[in-house]
Amino acid sequence: MDPSRGRDDGAQQPGATGDRSTLTLHINGTEQTLTLDHRTTVLDALREDLGLTGAKKGCDHGQCGACTVIVDGRRANSCLLLAVAHDGARITTVEGLADGDRLHPVQEAFLDRDALQCGYCTPGQICSAVGMLGEAADGFPSHVTTRTAPVSAPAPLDAPEIRERMSGNLCRCGAYPRIVEAIEDVAP
Amino acid sequence: MKPFGYLRARSTAEAVRESSAHPGAGFLGGGTNLVDLMKLGVETPDLLIDISRLPLDQVGDTDNGGLRIGATVRNSDLAAHPAVRTRYPVLSQALLSGASGQLRNTATTGGNLLQRTRCPYFQDTSKPCNKREPGTGCPALEGAHRDLAVLGHSEHCVATHPSDMAVALSALDATVQLHGPDGERTVPATEFHRLPGDTPHRDTEIRAGELITEVVLPPRPDGAGSLYRKARDRASFAFALASVAAVLGVRDGRIEHAALAFGGLAHRPWRAYAAEEALRGAPATGETFERAVDAELAAARPLRDNAFKVGLARSLAVDALAELAADS
Repeated sequence: MDPSRGRDDGAQQPGATGDRSTLTLHINGTEQTLTLDHRTTVLDALREDLGLTGAKKGCDHGQCGACTVIVDGRRANSCLLLAVAHDGARITTVEGLADGDRLHPVQEAFLDRDALQCGYCTPGQICSAVGMLGEAADGFPSHVTTRTAPVSAPAPLDAPEIRERMSGNLCRCGAYPRIVEAIEDVAP
Repeated sequence: MKPFGYLRARSTAEAVRESSAHPGAGFLGGGTNLVDLMKLGVETPDLLIDISRLPLDQVGDTDNGGLRIGATVRNSDLAAHPAVRTRYPVLSQALLSGASGQLRNTATTGGNLLQRTRCPYFQDTSKPCNKREPGTGCPALEGAHRDLAVLGHSEHCVATHPSDMAVALSALDATVQLHGPDGERTVPATEFHRLPGDTPHRDTEIRAGELITEVVLPPRPDGAGSLYRKARDRASFAFALASVAAVLGVRDGRIEHAALAFGGLAHRPWRAYAAEEALRGAPATGETFERAVDAELAAARPLRDNAFKVGLARSLAVDALAELAADS
């Protein structure tokens, strides 16, 4: 491991002006205290410091969605989140979706529909779909939601809605039709 | 990325004080643009002052029936807010037409206003750019400028402002509240972003040490409808080639209130004052809309490869006005 990374006790708390801080992340229900260079993104902390390689580094610029995780209940691009700014955050990665041996319904649907080819984008697609279903349940509209749709009611999810809401996740194999079908299977 | 210090601000006053004390500091909100630009080496702050936990995350009514939007309200929360959806649909639609679900969950109101151009030369530190390094030149003038400005540009810079939200705020006559070392001040959204002139390194009128604390929307004009239309290279998750925010109030077939702003065409949201002048008091007909939009776009000076934007913007604006007139 790079000696500048990882757990040690020599760093200052957030609020200091050094280059490193000690912070706590709640990852998949487990509290993790880390001392990290301020430049470390949540994605790099997950992959390099915590060994959770489910979230993938695709573009590293927020354009592909392969790094999508759920932060405090909302999906986000972990490649653009500085870990130090997320001290105390509750983060769910693809590794934390299953309930023991029972897969999350979105994971099951991706298997049932064979909604992947190479699989590199799949953890991001699945975390994004889980987050998106929560947003729709909370009444978040999308660009294709009709202007007359009731405000503050759960948003119905047909295929055009799913495609629009999942546009932050690219699949270079082009498995989109099956991805949309899998999410339709789970959508209310 | 260059190493940097990190400070979590506990109050707006502390954030402003620390920013004034550290000329190399930057404010961190959602970071969706800033962190990306730091990875690219375009932004090189030596201290980040994290303002994301300040109590600036509320949306609430003003005394006169307007809306007050805190600077750290997330784009997705703002787009979904019932008051925004019902009273200011143009703002909700503009937000939802930008970025992705993930990015909207992270990006803030203040940060959206302060995002930088996506001009490819600005984002590439191996290329000259007057905005990034004043005096080095503008390769976009003769280079890859298909996506860049057709209005208000200069020989020094042809960049466009990428925000959709800011276009809606311009048409809504919003104001931007700033808190700085010399106190608070209010800047109209229409004047917040600048034209490039010979100082393209300055995107906005914000001064050193100033923090956006909130955006305020005036009450919706009586009976006026509003909407946002955007054209882009793919159906979702792309910046505007051209967009339009339109607010229109019609009574007895005549236009009582009209506000129009274009996105994707200029260094700032382009408020179409000439079009509005031609619309006010005129009959709400297709002929009026075409004449008004043409009056505005007569000022366009397309570059070699982006003349298509003028016709695109014309179609978007005429259609938007016609749809609003049909709804009224």
